[in-house]
Amino acid sequence: MTESVATAATPARETGRPFLELKDLQVHFPTDDGLVKAVNGLSFTLERGKTLGIVGESGSGKSVSSLAIMGLHKGSRAKVGGEIWLDGAELVSMSVAEIRRLRGQQVAMIFQDPLSAMHPFYRVGDQLTEAYLVHNSVSKAVAKRRAIDLLDRVGIPAPNKRFDDYPHQFSGGMRQRAMIAMALMCDPALLIADEPTTALDVTVQAQILDLMMDLQKEFNSAIVIITHDLGVVAQMTQDVVVMYGGRVVEQGNVRDIFYRPEMPYTWGLLGSIPRVNRGGDHRLKSIRGTPPSLINLPKGCPFQPRCDYQEHVEGHSCVSELPELLQVDTGGHRVRCHIDHLQRERLFTEQIKPSL
Amino acid sequence: MGRYLIRRLLQTVVILLVISAITFFLFWATPANPALLICGKDCNTETVAQVNATYGFDDPLIVQYGTYMQGLLSPGGRTIGSEGSERECPWPCFGESYQNGIPVWDSISDAFPATLWLATGAAVLWLFFGVMLGLIAALRKGKLIDKLSVGIALFGVSFPTIVFGYLLLFLFIVKLQWIPFPDTANAALFTVGPVKWLQFYILPWITLALVFAALYTRLTRANMIDTMNEDYIRTARAKGLSERTVVFKHGLRSALTPIVTIFGLDLGGLLGGAVITEQIFSITGLGKLAIDSVLGNDLPAIMGVVLFAAIFVVVANIVVDVLYAFIDPRVRLS
Repeated sequence: MTESVATAATPARETGRPFLELKDLQVHFPTDDGLVKAVNGLSFTLERGKTLGIVGESGSGKSVSSLAIMGLHKGSRAKVGGEIWLDGAELVSMSVAEIRRLRGQQVAMIFQDPLSAMHPFYRVGDQLTEAYLVHNSVSKAVAKRRAIDLLDRVGIPAPNKRFDDYPHQFSGGMRQRAMIAMALMCDPALLIADEPTTALDVTVQAQILDLMMDLQKEFNSAIVIITHDLGVVAQMTQDVVVMYGGRVVEQGNVRDIFYRPEMPYTWGLLGSIPRVNRGGDHRLKSIRGTPPSLINLPKGCPFQPRCDYQEHVEGHSCVSELPELLQVDTGGHRVRCHIDHLQRERLFTEQIKPSL
Repeated sequence: MGRYLIRRLLQTVVILLVISAITFFLFWATPANPALLICGKDCNTETVAQVNATYGFDDPLIVQYGTYMQGLLSPGGRTIGSEGSERECPWPCFGESYQNGIPVWDSISDAFPATLWLATGAAVLWLFFGVMLGLIAALRKGKLIDKLSVGIALFGVSFPTIVFGYLLLFLFIVKLQWIPFPDTANAALFTVGPVKWLQFYILPWITLALVFAALYTRLTRANMIDTMNEDYIRTARAKGLSERTVVFKHGLRSALTPIVTIFGLDLGGLLGGAVITEQIFSITGLGKLAIDSVLGNDLPAIMGVVLFAAIFVVVANIVVDVLYAFIDPRVRLS
């Protein structure tokens, strides 16, 4: 089922290209106040069956990037640059009509806050079958069976009764499950989850994440998970992209990010995770300052105004020179920082790690 | 649902009673003297006293109010007139006009069809053009056509009905003579046929619809722009639905919901009479009846027109509330 649906609608796959590849993605919004540079040069690759996490504060460009993959900036005033390759097809230059065929079918999205992401006037079941009926020439009865089946799979009790409920009759956790079921209706090869568990309590959150991992195994889909919760990242992902001010500041596999992080912003993120095993006299740490305005990005390193480690930089100016995203080892670990690689490793082991 | 309706209908009765009392006592608070009006030119103290006795104007106001309301509250109506010349006034009895002695209910029944045609025809016009212009403006936000629609809407809202109506009348009836001069006989669709009927009503419809169409354009535009920014519209697009489905099934459905409410109330209000438009085009509807009865100090007619119009407003409120529960599943009647 999975394969037949996926191959029928996709163009012939180019050899050697990863399943999903973003190359230097740029998303800029012209506004009355100036150009909002929401995403500046995001690149990553992702294979089927794998999960990639995008982490960062609010306004770091996470959601905007995911909407670009769905082509949802088309028709708005946003300027999208760079390349997005999905299964051999380039999405940035694709027409709306073409990308519409992929939406919901090849690429599906789980939105945050399902109460506002579902239409209040239509039954949950009808909202589920809608995409399925658009992409498959099947009868309503077949679509309904599929929807009930998926509602059952995501753990909604009495799915054939719940099919006729409206979103407001669902609890928060159930709405999120229904949202996941909605995204899975056409067996998407790529699933983008935008803060899928942010509004949920921890127990439900764990259930939802388990469910997503189970379904990933079953459908062999690639997942991009957008979150600011590093706990979710640690549990779900293989690769991580850390974004700050619309730029990638560090990326690598999940072990690099958690055990060998080199960018002071990543240190700050790790340092601000609440720990239960820490003594009660520790205050919750936070990164001082606020995220930069995306209209007036700092000329040099975007993190410079909030960085506490600038005195360790030699031969560069954090204020005026933007550090490049450079590879630090033979793996995919890349860091955007002027501090020398060995110095960063030393700082992490000596100053950061003991306090984590 | 059933219980809800019963409760709302009982509330309606109370509201109408309050309105009738206010109208009745307000009338007598004015320096009006209906007896002088009724006895006509050769009034003297004797005839005035006789009229007062016949019509019961000597009775305490509360008794007069009770007598009047009896005609509306008791299913048999009431008897009118002094001893010797009593007449049955069947329910609903709003009394007889002081001006010409015609039962008020008959005048209302005669005037209502004209108002009904005027209001519903104009409603169709303004709903169609208002929603269409608003929708186009919202979908082409910031473009020339949007600015044009907003401009037309601003013009429509600020152009006084009375000026606009007379301008239309002057241009098309007097100057260009495309349309014959309004003849009240042509107000009846089933006796004069659709052509004369349309000629009679087309200008009044446009006159009455202008302000409403302008308001609905602005309202639809604002609602639609808000709705198209909702998360669920993004979800609909993310499903791969066509833009037409996104706009009409997901967008317009939400954007029109508040308009249903306002439309019901506007139409309900107009069914009680469109005073200015009826006056301009000499339509003998409820609005004209209202003006005539007020100018003639004709209490029974005033009471009739006010209560009849009030019924439409109150009922329109109930209809809108019930309709809303069907449109928006989050609303439950209780």
